[in-house]
This record gives sequence, structure tokens and C-alpha cells, in this order.
Amino acid sequence: MTPKRSFAEKFVVRLPYAWLLVFFLVPFLIVLRISLSQPTLAQPPYTPLFDLFAGWHGITAFFGALSLDNYALIGSDPLYLLSFVKSVEIAAFSTLLLLIIGYPIAYGITRTPRRVQAVLMTLVMLPFWTAFLIRIYAWMNILQHDGPLNQLLLALHIVNTPPVWLSTDTAIYIGIVYSYLPFMVLPLYATLEKLDETLLEAAADLGCPRRKIFWEITLPLSSPGVLAGALLCFIPAVGEFVIPDLLGGSQAPMIGQTIWTEFFGNKDWPAAAAVAVVLIGLLVTPIVIFQHQAMRAAERG
Amino acid sequence: MRKVSTFNLSAIVLGLVFLYLPIAILVIYSFNASRLVSVWGGWSTHWYAELINDAPLLDSAFISVRLALISATAATIFGTLAAVALVRFGRFRGRLLFASMIYAPLVMPEVITGLSMLLLFVAVAIDRGFWTVAIAHTTMAMCFVTVIVQARLVDFDMNLEEAAMDLGASPLDTFRAVTLPLILPAIAAGWMLAFALSLDDLVIASFTTGPGATTLPIRIYSEVRLGVKPEMNAVCSIMIGVVGVAVIAASLLAKFNLPTTVARKSTGSPD
Repeated sequence: MTPKRSFAEKFVVRLPYAWLLVFFLVPFLIVLRISLSQPTLAQPPYTPLFDLFAGWHGITAFFGALSLDNYALIGSDPLYLLSFVKSVEIAAFSTLLLLIIGYPIAYGITRTPRRVQAVLMTLVMLPFWTAFLIRIYAWMNILQHDGPLNQLLLALHIVNTPPVWLSTDTAIYIGIVYSYLPFMVLPLYATLEKLDETLLEAAADLGCPRRKIFWEITLPLSSPGVLAGALLCFIPAVGEFVIPDLLGGSQAPMIGQTIWTEFFGNKDWPAAAAVAVVLIGLLVTPIVIFQHQAMRAAERG
Repeated sequence: MRKVSTFNLSAIVLGLVFLYLPIAILVIYSFNASRLVSVWGGWSTHWYAELINDAPLLDSAFISVRLALISATAATIFGTLAAVALVRFGRFRGRLLFASMIYAPLVMPEVITGLSMLLLFVAVAIDRGFWTVAIAHTTMAMCFVTVIVQARLVDFDMNLEEAAMDLGASPLDTFRAVTLPLILPAIAAGWMLAFALSLDDLVIASFTTGPGATTLPIRIYSEVRLGVKPEMNAVCSIMIGVVGVAVIAASLLAKFNLPTTVARKSTGSPD
């Protein structure tokens, strides 16, 4: 049932709709198409997309030219597989670290007075919106061989020889945890803030120990926040480029780096597109869960 | 007033120190007179003075600011329209696809967004440069604007709009006289956020840019890839200042707690 709409109202929907179709959906279809074509040495470096004027012959040529070679390449070359495994591994472990670090912060903030909560949450979120690249660069400063961290460790006699931080997976973990922490704290805070405190009081009155209250009531009730936070961190972390590129080593690249190198370094666009399609496939499940949640929230309003 | 336990307090304090100390160290080192990070050579604004003579860097800064102004404005217009459509138009044909296209870019890895945009521009044979980056940034940022404006639209009393219509105002007049003033703070906040996102983006810009459109993050990235440079400490400190001010202003303008609202959208908790 749709009521009649004026021209102006149609415009409100159609302008952003058309924009997103052309600049978000169509590009994905093109990526899909190019991932099925052969690399060539031409400019652009792949076999032609679609010849609109060739009629029936054009259509047969279009389907005839499709090939799964790029996917076979991804499957056969262990470099790609390693890259995928490493990305998922780093993203999953970072997400776990983020939960462990972010939960006490979010929980602590909900224990403060209301007015303070708003200020604290703004403080937590502020770095998230500010200069991502620069915050990673800040860690390059800190983690350098003769940087502040090693100077501190040496001065405190924790280590005798300065450890190497840059170009290690540890540095990638530090970078991801640092950059994504606000994204984890935010949804956790949003659910914990809504927690019905009378439940906790009731449990305490009935003699439940505080530790048990946390495990049996607080944590299960905050599971939507845990899920949202985990997804918000895991999904972008899998495709992360800047952090592993600036802080990590060159031995095993993450998948974002692989796409970047295929594209800018090897100029193998079809392969880059195929890796991108596989990555999207990998992320579709968590993205669908995320969307479902977001839509439900919007609908409930 | 509730009592804050030592454990909770230390979690908050340690968390904030972790978030802010690296930025503070960067800013402090930008005033280091010595070229070496390991040596503190006293306070100096030498590296800032050096920037004024760096013509390519200033060029990039100018390009980035112009880009951010244009894409933030376009993103705000499209994003606001999309928010109005999502909140006020009930179920229209293709709403699911529309909503999906709004939420997907929020979590999509930038490498994929950048790559797919670039392949579009190549497929239709558009020369890459300033305007292709502007289109890409508009698309990415408009979704954030939509989420913010949507939150505000959901929040406010719909009776106000209905009253205006009952008194004979057309939908367009109602929007102009009632809705727009009420959601204006959210629109302004969305604009500033879009501005900050565009000014900050490296990956999408790298894919979609062309000759003559090297943005500031691309310039910074190519400089710092090989190691820390004191001049870059100074540039980065300035950028932190500019973006920081924009974001604080956005939070204040939004009047409501901007981050919390975004979180509520994502966790599904009702307002």
C-alpha cells in the first residue's frame, strides 16, 4: 500500500537512490565482471567489458569471454590462501583483545554519573573520528627502535636490549586495537547503559556473589552489544590496509595489502577484483547479521 | 551519586591514557628541535616553519580542503534526503535494497570500496582526478550523514509535522518550516563528520585519484612509509588540530550524544 506521492517527494527518494545505485551497486557488479575476465597488457588491463552495439554476437562474446581463471589462480597460489588465513586470524584475535580491553572501559563508564558519562563517551569517540592515518603514524614514532617505548623499557630495566616492535605482528595488533577501541566501547556502552539495574540488585539481595552476577546476568544481557562491537571491529579489520602496511612486516601480507599490491604493483586488475570478490564473500555473513541488526533498530525507532 | 569502584575508575583512566598518549607524544615530538626521535633537542617551532616552504605539501593541503568542502556538502544533501526517505516514507518499493546500500558502506573495507569505484570510472572511461575522488568521498560519507540525521528524525515529535499539515501547509512547506529547523543541528553535525572523513581518507582517494590530485593523506603516506620524519610530525599535529575542532564542534552541535546515537542504531536498542 503506497500513498500517492508528489513530484518533490519522489525526488527525495530517487536522488540518493540513483546515486547509490550508480556509485555503489554498479561498481560491485563491475568488480564481479572483471574478476571473470582475462588480464591483458592493454589500458585498461583486462578484456573488454561489454559491447552494447554488437547485438547478439556481443552477448555470446560476453558470456564466452567469462573465465574462472582468476579464481583458479587464487585457489592454486598459496600466497593468496595464506593472506586470507592471516587476515582472518589477525582480525579474530584483535577482536578478542578489543572485547577484553573494551568491556571494562564501557562498563566502568556506565558506573559514573550521567553527565560524566556523556563527556567520557565523547572523549572515547573523539580519536575515532580524527585522522586515522595520523594515529597509526603516531605509533610508528613510539615503536621505533630508539623510540619512546624502548627508551622507557630500558630506563625501567624491564629489558636490557631494545626489542624490535615495528614490522612485527605485535605492532599490527597494537595498531588495530588502538584504532578500533572506540568502535568496540561504543556498542558495549550503549547496551550496558540500558541494563535494568533492579535485576542486579535483586540478585545481590538474594545473596548472589558479585562475580556470579556479572557472569550470569550482566554479560548475557549485554550480548547484543558484544555482537555488534565484535562485528564492527572484525569486518573492517579483515580488510585493513594502512595498519599492516605501516606497522607490519613484509613477510605475509594481509588481504587488503594483497589487493593493493595486485592492483598498484602487479597491475593485475582481474586478479585484484577476484580477491576482492572472495573477500566480500567472506564478509557477507557478518555484514548480513550487522544489517539485520541495524534495520531492526531503525524499524523499532 | 553512585560510587565508582577503583577497578572501574582505573579501566576508564587507563583506556583514555591509551587513546590519547600516542597523539600527545606525536604533538610533543613535532616541537622537538632535534631531527632524531631519541634525542630531545629542546622546544622549537622549526618544523612548522619548514612547512611554509614546502610547496607540494601546501598544494596537497589545499586540494584536500577543497575536496572535503565539496564532498561534505554533496554528502550532506544526499544523506539528508536518504534519511528523510527512510524515516518518513514508510515502506516504498526497493526500500530493502536502499537501506542495504546505506548500511553496507559503513562496514565495507575501504580497499574494496576504492577498487570498485575505480573500476567504474575506468569502465566508463572517465579521466581520474579531483572530481572522481570527490564522487567517491561523497558516496562513502553520505551514509554516515544518513545515520546521524535518521537518528534525529526518529527522535522528534511527529505531531509537529502533522499539526502543520492539518493547518494547511503543503508537505514541502512543512519540511521547510518545521522539519528542517528541527533536524538542522544533526545536518550540521553530519556535514562536519563528512568533512573529517574526507580530509582523513587515504585508501579510497589512492584508488580514485589521478594526476594533479594528490591529497594530503596520500602525500603524508608516501612520506612516512619509509620512516618517521619531523616535518610530518608537524603536518600531522596540524591535521589533528583541524579535524579535532571539526569533530568537537559536530558533537556540540548535535546536542545529543552523537556517538551513542550511532551505537544505538547498530546495537538495535530502542531510543
